[in-house]
Amino acid sequence: MNVVQKLFGFHGGVKPNYNKEASTRLPIAAAPAPTRLVIPLHQSIGGPPRPLVKAGDRVLKGQRIGDADGDVSSAVHASTSGTVIGVEMRLMPHTSGLSAMCVVIEPDGRDEWVERKPFDFRAATPTATRDYLRDAGVVGLGGAVFPSHLKLNAGKQGRLDTLVLNGAECEPFITCDDVLMRERADPLLRGAAIMREMLEASRVLVGIEDNKPEAIAALEAAAKRANDASIQIVAVPTRYPAGGAKQLIRALTGIEVPHGERSTDYGVQCFNVGTAYAIYEAIELGQPLISRIVTVAGNVGQARNYQVLFGTSMRDLVALCSPLPDTDRIIMGGPMMGFRMPSDDVPVVKATNCVLVGSQKLFPPPPPEMPCIRCGECAKVCPADLQPFEMYWFARARIFGKAQEYHLFDCIECGCCAYVCPSRIPLVDYYRFAKSEIWAREVEKEAADEARDRYEFRLLREEREKQEKAAKLAAKTAAGREKAAAALAEAEKPARTPEEEAKHALIAAALERAKAQKDQVHPENTGNLTPEQQAEIAAIEARRAEIREQAKPHLRQDD
Amino acid sequence: MLDALLVMALGAIVLGAALGYAAVRFRVEGDPLVEKIDAILPQTQCGQCGFPGCKPYAQAIAKGEAEINQCPPGGEEGIHKLADLLGREFKPLSAEHGVEKPKAVALIDEQTCIGCTLCIQACPVDAIVGAAKQMHTVIADQCTGCELCLPPCPVNCITMEPIPESVENWKWKYPVVKIVPASKVAA
Amino acid sequence: MTSYLFIILGAVLVNNVVFIRILGLCPFMGVSKKLETALGMGAATTFVLTMACGASFVIDRWLLIPNQLEYLRTLSFIVTIAAIVQLTELVIQKTSPVLHQVLGIYLPLITTNCAVLGIPLLNVSLRHNFLESLLFGFGSAMGFTLALILFAGLRERMEAADVPAHFRGTAIAMVTAGLMSLAFMGFAGLDKFR
Repeated sequence: MNVVQKLFGFHGGVKPNYNKEASTRLPIAAAPAPTRLVIPLHQSIGGPPRPLVKAGDRVLKGQRIGDADGDVSSAVHASTSGTVIGVEMRLMPHTSGLSAMCVVIEPDGRDEWVERKPFDFRAATPTATRDYLRDAGVVGLGGAVFPSHLKLNAGKQGRLDTLVLNGAECEPFITCDDVLMRERADPLLRGAAIMREMLEASRVLVGIEDNKPEAIAALEAAAKRANDASIQIVAVPTRYPAGGAKQLIRALTGIEVPHGERSTDYGVQCFNVGTAYAIYEAIELGQPLISRIVTVAGNVGQARNYQVLFGTSMRDLVALCSPLPDTDRIIMGGPMMGFRMPSDDVPVVKATNCVLVGSQKLFPPPPPEMPCIRCGECAKVCPADLQPFEMYWFARARIFGKAQEYHLFDCIECGCCAYVCPSRIPLVDYYRFAKSEIWAREVEKEAADEARDRYEFRLLREEREKQEKAAKLAAKTAAGREKAAAALAEAEKPARTPEEEAKHALIAAALERAKAQKDQVHPENTGNLTPEQQAEIAAIEARRAEIREQAKPHLRQDD
Repeated sequence: MLDALLVMALGAIVLGAALGYAAVRFRVEGDPLVEKIDAILPQTQCGQCGFPGCKPYAQAIAKGEAEINQCPPGGEEGIHKLADLLGREFKPLSAEHGVEKPKAVALIDEQTCIGCTLCIQACPVDAIVGAAKQMHTVIADQCTGCELCLPPCPVNCITMEPIPESVENWKWKYPVVKIVPASKVAA
Repeated sequence: MTSYLFIILGAVLVNNVVFIRILGLCPFMGVSKKLETALGMGAATTFVLTMACGASFVIDRWLLIPNQLEYLRTLSFIVTIAAIVQLTELVIQKTSPVLHQVLGIYLPLITTNCAVLGIPLLNVSLRHNFLESLLFGFGSAMGFTLALILFAGLRERMEAADVPAHFRGTAIAMVTAGLMSLAFMGFAGLDKFR
C-alpha cells in the first residue's frame, strides 16, 4: 500500500462547486418501508424482464418478480414481503414522463425474507456464477445500470490485468459512494476480491477523488485488515468527470481506450464501488439487489444518505429530509448529468444514486442561448477529446451523419462543454437529440433489412410453389393417361378370382370406416356450439361463399 | 481543304476506334446503383409508389423512369436521402402516391376474423399467421405497416394501430430556445 | 528544373484556373456540394486535362502546324477532348457507379468545360514544349481540384449555417467564391521569391 502509484491525467474536465459536505455529516440511515412499492420491471440495460407474479400473489422480500429476458438483461426482485396489488403501467423515473410495466406491492410490514443461501462461486463454473448474478439482479450502480454479469467475463485472453473500482464520485452533491466506502469498507473489499477472482485480474485499483479523505482512510484500513497486497487505494485529483470509466482508467493506468474499443481489450475492467458491495451481498449473503444507498440533497433542510428499497416513491424519500417550501423540481442524479423527473411520485430504481431537490434559487433557469462563437472552450474541457462545437453545429442542423463523423457516440454526456460555454448553449441536449434520432434510424434500418429478407424469401417460396404445382399437374396428366391405358388392359383381362374379390371388399370396408371417423371429428373451436353461434357461423359461411364467388377470378386455384 | 478533311477524318477514325474499344472493355454488368437506392427505401413493399415492391421502384429510379418522391412510407427524409445519393433536386412527396403517416402496425380483431386466409396471402413479409377457418394474428414485430392486408379482408376486421411511444423508443426532442423578454431577464 | 516547379506552382496557386482565370465555373459551382463528389470531379478533370494537353500538343505540333492548318486548332482540340471525356466516363461508370451517378450531367460537361479547352490553347500561345504542356495542364487541374475541395468543405459547413433566406443556395455560394477569389489574389505575392 505504500507503493506510490504513478498517476496520469486525462484531458479536459471542470471544477464545479462540489456541495458534498451537507449529506456526509450523518451516517447512512435506513429509509422506513413505504406503504406502497412500485417496482419497475425494466431497470437495467437490455431486454425488459418478464413478470413472474400477478395481482393477488403474496411475495417475500427478495423473491424474484421479473425474470431476465435473455442474457443481456437482469432480474428484478420484491424489495419487501407483501401482496402484489397489480402488474400495471406506472409513471417511470424517466425524462419522457411515460409509463412502463411495474409490479405494485403492498408491504405487510413483516419484512419476511425468502430463503437466503450464500453462493459458492469457487465451486461453480464461471457461467453458473454469471447466471446467478443475473438472477440476483446485480447491475452497475454508478448510474448506467449495465448488467454486471456481462462485465464479469475474463475476456478473450482468459484473464485481465487490472480491475478498477470506481469510487471517484465526481458529480456535485452525490455522496452515496463516499458514505458506502466509509461505513462498509470491509464487505466492499470482499466483493472486490470476488470480482478479482472471477476476472482473474492481478491487481485491484480503487480510484477515489482526493476530496474524500475519510473514505480513503477507511478503505486503506480495510485493505490492511484484509491483508491483500493486490488491492491498492489510489487518490486521484478532484476534477469532474474523474468518475467517468474511461477517464478513471486513464488516470489510474495511463491507458487511453481508443474509439470503438473496450477497456477489456487492454486488460482493464471498471466497476463502481456500489456494485462491488452488491456482489458481496449477492454471493456471500445470498441477497439479491433490492435496495441501494441514495443521496438526498439540494434544496432540503437536512441532506443525508438513505438505504432505500427499490420502488419507494421519491416523494416519501424527500419528505424525510424536510424539503424547503420553494422546491419545484426533483432531479435523478446530479446537477451535471441528472435527469429532471416528470413528477415527484416516481419510484427509486437501481439507477437512482441521488435524488436532487431543486428550486429556482438553487438552479436558476439558464440564460437564453446565444450563437456559437467557436471559441473552442468546449474542446478544451472535453474529457473524451472530442470537438463539441463541431458536433453541435451538425446536430443543430440535423446533419446526423456529419455529427457521427465527429464521433458523437464517444460523448459521455458529462456536460463539461455546456458548463463552460460562454454562449450558454445546452450542448448536451443537442447531443442527446442527435443520438436518439440516429438510434431510431438504425432501428428502422434493421427493420427494413429484415422486411427485405422476408419479402425476398416470400417471392422465392411463391416461385417454388408454382414450379411444384406445375410438376404435380404434369405428373397427374401422365398418371391419368396411364390409368386409361390400364383400364383398357383391365377390360381385356379375365374376371377377378374370389380371393381378389375378398381383398377388395376388405379395403373398401376400411376406407368406409376411415371416412366415418373423419366425419365425426370437428375442428375444435366449432364443436359444442349454441344455436346462435351456429346460426352466426352459417351466416358467415354464406357470406364467405358469396365473397368467394366474387373473388374467384383473383384467387388462385388451390383455394 | 483536302488536308483539313483528311486530318479531321484521321482524328475521327483514331478516336472512334479508341472509344469503341473502351466501350467493350469497360462494359458495365448489372446496376449496383439499384442496391444503393433499395437500401434507402423503407422495404414496406406497399406498392404505393406504383411499382410492385421496393426493388422494382429502385430499378425504375435508377433507370430514370420514376421520380424520387413517390414513396410515402420513406417520407421527406427518404426523398432527401435519394436526392443526395443521385444528385437530384429535392421534391416534396407527390400527393397522388399518398401521404406520410406515423408508423403503424396491423391489428386483427380476433372476434371478427373468420379465418379466410386472404390477408395471409396479401402480406408481403409473411407477418400474419393462421390457417383456414382458424383465427389469424399479426406478428407485430415483423409488420411493416404496408396496409396491403386491409382491402382483401372480407369482414374489415383489420385496423392499423399507430405504434405508441414508450420509454424504449422515446426520443429526445430538439432543444427549443425559450425567448424571454428583456424586461424579465433584467428583473 | 526549377522552371518546371514554377509552372506547377504558378498554375496551382498564382494563376489558379478557377479563382484567377475564372475558367470552369460551371462544374465548380455544380459539383462542390459534397466533398466526395468534389474529389471525384477533381480527379476526373485532372486526368482529362493532362491527357488533353498532351494530345493537343501532339496534334498541334505534328499535324496542324506542318500542314498550315492552325485555323482548325479549336475544332480539333474540342474533338480530342470530347473523345477523352467519353473514355473517362466509360472508365468511371465501370469503376465507381455512384460517382458516375453523382457527377451525372457534369461529367459530359467536362467536354465543354472552358478550362479544359482553355489550358491547351494557353499552352500554344505560351509556346510550351511537350513536358511543359503536360505540367501546365496537370498543375492547372490540380488548382481546379484544390479550389473544388476547399469550396466543397466550405459548402458542407454552410449547409448547417443560419444563412438569411434570400441568400441561401447559389447566392451565398457565389459570395463565398468571390471572397475565396480575393484570397487567392494574395498568392500573386509569391512572384517576389522567384
